Formats: sequence, structure tokens, C-alpha cells
Amino acid sequence: MQFPKDLKYTPQHEWIRVEGDLGTCGISDFAQDSLGDVVHVELPAVGAVLRARDRAAEVESVKAVSDVYAPVSGTVTEVNEGLDGSEDAVNRDPYGEGWLFRLRLFAPEELATLLDVAAYEAHVAEAGH
Amino acid sequence: MALKHTPFFELHKAAGARLIDFGGWEMPVQYTGIVKEHLACRAAGGLFDVSHMGEVRVTGPRALEAVQRLVTNDVAAIRDGQALYTAMCNDHGGIVDDLIVYRMSPTEILICVNASNREKDFAWIAGHMEEGASAADESDAWGQVAIQGRVAPAVLQRLTDLDLAGLPAFHFASATVAGVPGCVVARTGYTGEDGFEVFLPPEGASAIWEHTLAKGGPSGMVPVGLGARDTLRLEAKYCLYGNDITDDTTPLEAGLGWVVKMDKAVPFIGIEPLRAQKAAGVPQRLVCLVVRDQIARPHHPVLSDGVRVGEVTSGTRSPSLEKNIALAYVSTPLSKVGTHLHVDVRGRIAEAEIVKPPFYTRPY
Repeated sequence: MQFPKDLKYTPQHEWIRVEGDLGTCGISDFAQDSLGDVVHVELPAVGAVLRARDRAAEVESVKAVSDVYAPVSGTVTEVNEGLDGSEDAVNRDPYGEGWLFRLRLFAPEELATLLDVAAYEAHVAEAGH
Repeated sequence: MALKHTPFFELHKAAGARLIDFGGWEMPVQYTGIVKEHLACRAAGGLFDVSHMGEVRVTGPRALEAVQRLVTNDVAAIRDGQALYTAMCNDHGGIVDDLIVYRMSPTEILICVNASNREKDFAWIAGHMEEGASAADESDAWGQVAIQGRVAPAVLQRLTDLDLAGLPAFHFASATVAGVPGCVVARTGYTGEDGFEVFLPPEGASAIWEHTLAKGGPSGMVPVGLGARDTLRLEAKYCLYGNDITDDTTPLEAGLGWVVKMDKAVPFIGIEPLRAQKAAGVPQRLVCLVVRDQIARPHHPVLSDGVRVGEVTSGTRSPSLEKNIALAYVSTPLSKVGTHLHVDVRGRIAEAEIVKPPFYTRPY
């Protein structure tokens, strides 16, 4: 299972990649693997203002639906339209082609509350069996 | 409480299956992925561990009569060596369980019950035995696999001397399979494909599993978990007990009127309420929905002009049709094929249309 070092993670298995004041978000390799074949994705509206831990998206597999939360507060600037019809990208490439939404952060200090890769790996080791 | 294990448990672990708690059983939900396993079963074949299903044997000089009283279908209308899908109803006409009964002889009938209903069913069946018939719970004495898909007959034929070409749908016979004596091979299934369900002594589990995959693997047969078992059965519109049928729904509402034989020689438990419901008209019907843009899930409300007219009981993304499909109870006046409805999917209102059942029919 892959957990890139340049990302920040949440205990709910979201990741965020920060470039300037923009953060790209998705679900982790662990999350996609637990969920199984992703067949439907609900993305937030561009322009939506999200507080940290607000429900931002839904990722749905054949078996179950899972909420995706905003890792930090921000305004949605872009969503991954490319997932429409290619939802399996969330499974194949969760940190690349399978990204979900992009936020313009308005409280970057919140990033300090997220997990770095070592802390997240420890969290996954606990959650996994 | 410790989870129960089937005789195939170690094989699932070794195969790297993802295991879940299914009604107290630790069972494989998937091996490589639900969609992949589903499509493999449709295109070639699938091997399923269904040992969690229960088996009840009714024996005695009046066994046939006893079973006839319990089930809605007519076990007197089939011959020895034939199997029958049926409902078993309570006093109100609600469904205690849906079953397959295997008629060995008029004095010996094997009943296969759902895993989740094992204790309830055995108590119900045993509680309704009268002079000349008795029931035994043999669930722990049997393992069970389903070998399904278009390659299933050729694969299984290489493991047994039983002539499978001479075993039509809903027939069964005793056989030695993969060197394991004392098996019962039935041409039944829960996938919508041709195939077999094989009852086996637990000690023969690994021989049967490994030989089936060794013979079937080259033609594309794969092990299939409960995840794809659910999507396969839903495409074929086979009811899932607990979702689509319950103690509070009747076979007439569930579209299972074809297994209800009101005029058979021995009246069954629940016949009067079902007669009354038939005469008055069923208030709701289980329908097949194709849902746009959203995946409906159990308990999502079904709406017509914004008014709640029913409820989803099963729903998924169909891997074969690449559409979102669901079963739902809707009030009878709105249950015709072609009716346009809506489903409230967690606050999003999705368009839905009633389609002709089943969603999937095998093309061979």
C-alpha cells in the first residue's frame, strides 16, 4: 500500500496535497482498498465553502457508500470531472488521476492538525488487521 | 461471540480473501474485487463457498405431508430426485424463509435454508412436525459450494462420473465429486447462470475446492465472494431474505405468486391470509427499478410526485448492465412496468423507471 510522503492525511483516510494556497484532496490507498470497486462519486459544487471536517463528497463502491470530509477549511475551486465514467481511477490511482476536489485554503494553520505520513501509517496499522 | 467458520475458511485465508462477519460467519466478501469476480462468473464461471446455508432433513412415513403443510409450493407435483424453490410462510402469510426442498423420496426430504434463518427455521419446522415425521438439523454435517457459470457443466463433469447432461435444472443426484463420496449435486443456483450447488461432507472441502479451481481456472473460473454473489443474484432478481422478503412481506407481494399453490392437496400454513390478500388485491409489489445517476440502497424512499409510495429493499451498481438497479416495494397502482418514479438517495432525488424483471437473463 502506497502513502506518498509529500501529503498530509486525516484519520478518516482523506489526503491533501498543498501547493501555495491550493489543496488537492482525495482518499488514501487504504480507503480505496477498504471500499472496493468505486462505481459512483458525488463531488461538491465549485464555489462551495467548506469548514474542516464538513462532508465534501461521497465515494460509492458496489457494496457501500462512504462520506469524504474536507481535511481543512476552504472554498472549492475545482472538482475532478474526469471521474465521470472513470470512477475506477479512485482505485487505480488514488493520489493522481483519482483526486476528488481542490480547495482554496482560508485557514492554512489547520494543516498542522493533520497527520504526516509516519503518523498516518501508524494509524492505518492500527485500523487494519 | 466467536465467528463461525466453514470448512473452506483456511482456503479463503490462504487465497487472500477479504473476510467479513456475515450473520455470525466469517466469510469471504471478495478475493480480487467484486466487479471482476462478478464479470468472471458471467463470462466463464465462479466457485462460491455457501457452506453457511443450513440443511434440515425431514424423515418419516408422513414426511411429504409434513413438508407440504410447511411450504407454499407443491412438493407432491415433483418426482423423487427433483428440487423445488418455495416460500415457507407464517400464520399471517408473511415469509419465514425462502427455501429449496430436495425430494429424495416421499419419506425423506432435505430442505436448504438461509444462513441467517437457520435457528428460526429449524425451530419453526421442528415445531410443526406431527406423528410420522421428524426434523433434524444437519447444517453442521454439510459443506456446500456453488459452481456457476457457462463453463460449470464442463468443469464439474471432469470431477464426477455422474452424467450431468442427464441432470436438468432443479434435479439432483448423489455423486462422488473430486474423489469425495457422499456428495449431492443439484442443478440449482443463485446467480442467473447455469450451474450446480454441491452438498459435501466437510472433510472433502479442500479436495473439491482445489480440484474445481484446477480444472476450472484455465477456462476462467474464479473463486467468488459474497459481494459478487449479491450483485449476481440481484441482476437475476432473486430475492434476498431480510432485504426483499421478510416475516412481514408475503410471497404475493414479492412476485413469488408462482410458488404459491393455493389448490394443492394439503393446505399450507398461511394459506387463508394469502387467499384473502389475493382476493382483496395485494397492496404493494416488489418491482425492478433502473435508477439514473444515483445508486439506491435499502430503505431509500420511493416517491411519486413527491409523495412516498414505497421503499427500496436492495440496490447496487450492476456490473453486467452498467446501470444502477434496485428492487423496491411500491404501492400496487404504481407498480406497472414503464412507470416513472423517483428515489430519495440521501436527499438527492433520482429518476427511476420500473423495468421488466429480471434485469439479466443469460444468453445461452
